[in-house]
Amino acid sequence: MVKLAEWQGKNVFRKYGVPLPRGAVARSPDEAETAVRDGKVPLPCVVKAQVLAGGRGKGGAVRFANTPEEARTAATAILAMEFKGEKVREVLLEEKLPIGRELYLSLTLDRTLRLPLLITSARGGVEIESVADTEIDRQAVDPFPGLTGYEKRRAAQVLGLSGTQARSLERLLDSLWNVFQHEDAELVEINPLAVVGDGIVALDAKVIIEDDAAFRHPEYAEIRDDRTELEEVAREKEIAFVQLDGNIGVIANGAGLTMATLDVLKELGGAPGVFLDLGGTDDPKKVTEAFLLMARAKPASVFLNIFGGVTRCDTVAKGLVEAMHQVPPNDRFPLVARIRGNNEKEGIEILRSAGVTSVSDLRASAEAAVDAARGRL
Amino acid sequence: MSVLVDRDTRVVVQGITGHQGTVHSRQMRQFGTTVAAGVTPGKAGTDVEGVPVFNAVRDAVEATQANASCIFVPAPYAKDALLEAVDAGIRLCVIVTEHIPFHDMLVMYHYARSKGTRIIGPNCPGIASPGKSKVGIIPNVVFQPGRVGVISRSGTLTYEIVSGIKEIGLGQSTCIGLGGDPVVGTSFVDALPLFEADPDTDVLVMVGEIGGTAEEDGAEYIHHHFTKPVVAYIAGRSAPPGKRMGHAGAIITRGKGTAETKVAALEAAVARVARFPYEIPGLVADAARGARR
Repeated sequence: MVKLAEWQGKNVFRKYGVPLPRGAVARSPDEAETAVRDGKVPLPCVVKAQVLAGGRGKGGAVRFANTPEEARTAATAILAMEFKGEKVREVLLEEKLPIGRELYLSLTLDRTLRLPLLITSARGGVEIESVADTEIDRQAVDPFPGLTGYEKRRAAQVLGLSGTQARSLERLLDSLWNVFQHEDAELVEINPLAVVGDGIVALDAKVIIEDDAAFRHPEYAEIRDDRTELEEVAREKEIAFVQLDGNIGVIANGAGLTMATLDVLKELGGAPGVFLDLGGTDDPKKVTEAFLLMARAKPASVFLNIFGGVTRCDTVAKGLVEAMHQVPPNDRFPLVARIRGNNEKEGIEILRSAGVTSVSDLRASAEAAVDAARGRL
Repeated sequence: MSVLVDRDTRVVVQGITGHQGTVHSRQMRQFGTTVAAGVTPGKAGTDVEGVPVFNAVRDAVEATQANASCIFVPAPYAKDALLEAVDAGIRLCVIVTEHIPFHDMLVMYHYARSKGTRIIGPNCPGIASPGKSKVGIIPNVVFQPGRVGVISRSGTLTYEIVSGIKEIGLGQSTCIGLGGDPVVGTSFVDALPLFEADPDTDVLVMVGEIGGTAEEDGAEYIHHHFTKPVVAYIAGRSAPPGKRMGHAGAIITRGKGTAETKVAALEAAVARVARFPYEIPGLVADAARGARR
């Protein structure tokens, strides 16, 4: 998933007509001061770290400024921060508005109902998990008619808005629904949504775009997620690769089998360090690339657990043998293999000729991988 | 009897001329499935290993009386493929394609439902009833006819488990791979009544994963409505708490959706919960002895 930073989310909101405070993004103290001096950001203003983690206010990542110099000072301090492990690269400067009440609003997917869910609460400005269920309203929205008039009226009522403010909310909800659908969002969240005079304004923006819709949204391809360098390389090669804390590398195919393999290793006292899901592939080259990627993560041992369906056992074996030739001697690792399913015999034979034995029992093979990681193979 | 597919199932493969479409059409036929037709726009009049190819599902249905569809069409075109099958009167669609945007799947699911079509998948291995029919990609080698039903959210893990059942000398009545996507056409709750009603199923194996609340909902259904012995397994107990889908996601699933909550819900509803895949065959054998009475 692509998580947009607040300023990126607000750029999307702006395109769809969601009311926002006036503001500007700055990547240096100079840019921050200039944005205020040029009048792009009216004073007094707020300066906010552009990070994905929550709790910025409490963490000192949001400051206020009454002059261009103060804006510069605030930006200098925030841009030097590392917030919850995330380097701050941008600050968002916005006019400080006379805020009335703070509300909560989001659209997301309800997997059980298989419908988008509009969530509203009059208790905004705090983490929504901390709000009592009775103060949270949920409306399932059918994508065929889309967001209806009565659903919007109910939202206004829940949020305690009437008259001009209610009209303003209904327009905002239409915009938000369009963002959710047209941008292929998993989540669009405004917290807080502020009542300002006769209208309402989105003070924050949280937008998550679904990965599977990337083919129709090339504009999000450049936005990096919180992946490690190797995870990023894997993504480019379309291999699911996740780094964990342990030292055993796991290569499996399919999410369920991969998870089950991790469960077994952990039960046997092993610590999975990297998990790599080959997915469905018929291409030995992709398997070779996956192994080379695994080698770069320097695991203490590797457990290969494949059940051949779309991915045939001989394909995996060929790719593996090729990778064994290419891995630099210093990066070699002990390997325990378990391959079963389509073309099992051919796969086992290819492995055998390369000196790798396939163990068919899951528990026994996982034990061997744990032992190997402890240097006992 | 079996669940959803039988000897009268006549499959139209959408995307048959692609690599996966061709390979799996062949394997379905080797399993015993009647693959009546294939569809690839622009390829009408050709054939794939003897299976006639049509431009449109409607043409295929008129010419061959196909009554089920297996979709291999790439994700950007999968929505259109499904809508086409539904409009051609197909009432069972297995979608193998992965990476379909969930916004597309929402439209697909509700449209299909409004017309009375059942979707299995997407991103799923499909359905198979040994000795009768298979619609999907589950390897033929794992099956043998028998009386154990299987419902699973996984792909390869399903093969592993089904294969384990065969290795202890038991067989399967019907096996359904639901698919692991956020929005699926058929969930545990939808599939369970079919196995309850199936006289060929004595024991049910339910294979779940972390994420979502489908397992908890399934457990609740079993508790109230399912009378046959169930063996359950949840993959991902050791997974680190996943990357959460923002705060809104957390309040939908409030107090549900983790491995612990799923295992707890299943342990309350089902006598036999396996901790690891290799415990499943033993529990199935045990349940089967009880079921035969």
